[in-house]
Amino acid sequence: MKTFRMGGIHPKENKFSAGKPIIVAELPKQVVIPLSHYIGTPSEAVVKKGDLVKAGQLIGKANGFISANVHASVSGKVSKIDVQLDATGYKRPAVFIDVDGDEWLEGIDTSKELKRECNLSVEEIRTRIQNAGIVGLGGATFPAHVKLNPPPGKKAECLIINAVECESYLTNDHALMLEKGDEIMVGVSITMKVLDVKKSYIGIENNKPDAIAHLSKLAKDYPGVEIVPLKVRYPQGGEKQLIDAIIRRQVPSGRIPIEVGAVVQNVGTIFAIYEAVQKNKPMVERVITVTGKSAPNPGNYWVRIGTMLCEIAEKSGGVPADTGKIVGGGPMMGRSFMTLEVPTAKGSAGILYMPREESLRKPIKNCIRCTKCVNVCPMGLEPFLLMNQSERNMWPEMETNRVMDCIECGSCSYTCPSNRPLLDYIRFGKTTVGGIIRSRVAVK
Amino acid sequence: MDKLIISPAPHIHGGDSIEKNMMGVIIALVPALLVGLYFFGLGALIVTLTAIVSCVAFEYLIQRFVLKTETSVMDGSAALTGLLLAMNLPSNLPVWIIIIGSLVAIGIGKLTYGGLGNNPFNPALVGRVFLLISFPVQMTSWPLPEPLSANYSDAATGATTLAMMKSHAADIPSYFDLFIGRMSGSLGEVSALALLAGLVYLLAKKIISWHIPVSILVTVFVFTGILNMVNPELYASPVLHLLSGGLMLGAIFMATDYVTSPMNPRGMLVYGVGIGIITVVIRVFGAYPEGVSFAILIMNAFTPLINTYIKPKRFGEKVK
Repeated sequence: MKTFRMGGIHPKENKFSAGKPIIVAELPKQVVIPLSHYIGTPSEAVVKKGDLVKAGQLIGKANGFISANVHASVSGKVSKIDVQLDATGYKRPAVFIDVDGDEWLEGIDTSKELKRECNLSVEEIRTRIQNAGIVGLGGATFPAHVKLNPPPGKKAECLIINAVECESYLTNDHALMLEKGDEIMVGVSITMKVLDVKKSYIGIENNKPDAIAHLSKLAKDYPGVEIVPLKVRYPQGGEKQLIDAIIRRQVPSGRIPIEVGAVVQNVGTIFAIYEAVQKNKPMVERVITVTGKSAPNPGNYWVRIGTMLCEIAEKSGGVPADTGKIVGGGPMMGRSFMTLEVPTAKGSAGILYMPREESLRKPIKNCIRCTKCVNVCPMGLEPFLLMNQSERNMWPEMETNRVMDCIECGSCSYTCPSNRPLLDYIRFGKTTVGGIIRSRVAVK
Repeated sequence: MDKLIISPAPHIHGGDSIEKNMMGVIIALVPALLVGLYFFGLGALIVTLTAIVSCVAFEYLIQRFVLKTETSVMDGSAALTGLLLAMNLPSNLPVWIIIIGSLVAIGIGKLTYGGLGNNPFNPALVGRVFLLISFPVQMTSWPLPEPLSANYSDAATGATTLAMMKSHAADIPSYFDLFIGRMSGSLGEVSALALLAGLVYLLAKKIISWHIPVSILVTVFVFTGILNMVNPELYASPVLHLLSGGLMLGAIFMATDYVTSPMNPRGMLVYGVGIGIITVVIRVFGAYPEGVSFAILIMNAFTPLINTYIKPKRFGEKVK
């Protein structure tokens, strides 16, 4: 069975919410819709206090190329535009809407009916995707339309769908594939049309045999779409790792996937593309997994963007008493929350409750030079060395040792027998070296 | 609910620890130790216990009263150093010499540099080579194998296979005896079979990778094989070289010491080949009959250089 060829780990999967249906969460009383994204420039508000908005209405306009539109996820009245503590831990601009029902903007098809035919031109499809404010749902929330617009002279050879879900605990992509398989297949064929490719692969780890079977059955009607079962291994959902696993090509250092002829999209993004193109529905809701070893009801929920996470937690049975840490996303790359009083963003994949005894790190010991961090690094780096250099502020040396290649998957810290915080130091060095590189470019 | 804990990702840990790795190596040494106890009896038991107890005691005493730091005896590394030192000693070695060896191994070989993780040379080998140079007579009088013997200092002694090879003696043990360990030698080095069983365990538990042991053994085999082809009268067969002396023990347990070996597979291969070549050069052309300890210590010194110039294969470096 295929997998990527370098490094990797296999944490305990703990997919407690696997196979659970997606429950539609109740509408909240108020939503707080973030105008900024994890990556790129924040959007610009186009509504003001007191405006009445309908679900699906544009409230924030993309600001520049790496930015995305933001839409109202409910109907109601804009109560204020203010800063709000969001999932990243910063206070950033957001639109506050007092919910008043669920009235959608005209022209948006909210029915469940599957729409297969798509007679739009490539340009029209691109415009719809861009207007719908779709960002990559794999974690980086990179605007989807940018990836579908390859730079001049570059041509995609294949489309790769990231349905790996390699993080432990999370099951939102899994649930989506089981319930929205047809829609995903239509989304794939639309995206293939945009990229003008004849071949696409859907990579799914083999701990989801039901999803593999379901999509394989559907794929028979879609020529050129191949379901690729992958051996469970983290970080297989890393873009470069997934490309290596499926088409055996390695994206060189500092380059992007299109240079080896691949475009990667997350399966959730593909579903959003289907909704935008076929249903004219912007990205205003997503699936979130609520899980954890002592979570009362591990499950998957359809949640409107802007719903406060504490409301979702409450509706799913509340925060377990032994919780020491709450992580937004998976345990390997998610962020720990200071509070659940933060809104759901487009990139929110899950709420993970960590028991108190698992929340604290163990004492740091000397590096025993066991080489395990080097062996698990999926990018072929030397984490022990980068950490040492970061501790000593050796930025040029870190650059030479390719710190910018680090994908921050955390496999090194996970595996270290001395509990050394390798990734913490590497991330710190990477941020600093990245700044140095940018200022060097700016000086030129 | 108490206050939430905030920390950067990753939020889970694999559960590996220094203790687990040290314990794994100790378990892997058990077969070789049992063979040593069988062939050398009481002497092997005394030497092993003395070395382990004194290494642990010295680590504790030095950290507690000289360095005044936290003690790390519970991580198992001092016990492992003691066990490895014992494996490299003849089973009739007087207790006071073993204690001196342990002091050198832990005190000079390890703690002077800052303890576990910081020592450039393998502590057990530092201790052994110190004893070899300081007490050459006691360190090279090897008891003859005598199953479950009750002799210690009065055991009958004989030459090791390598010494016989060097002096071109005729009564070299059979390959089978060499393989199971019925020969004179340090108490833990005699049985290739038991040591290979340990290797299988270490590989299965992913405590070490194959690169260092395999590259050493292959290099010795190829190098002595070429010499043997050139002149079989003068140079012993490669199989004999593989099965005699401390080669197996050195290649599997001493050269693979985490702290003193290179940090990536390519570097490990260079290091292993270096050890193999130096070992054969000392064995065949040098003054000592055995050269594994020296070869490992010499290549330990090259490890930082290897780490600086030989880097792991980077992702995307060579697109297939």
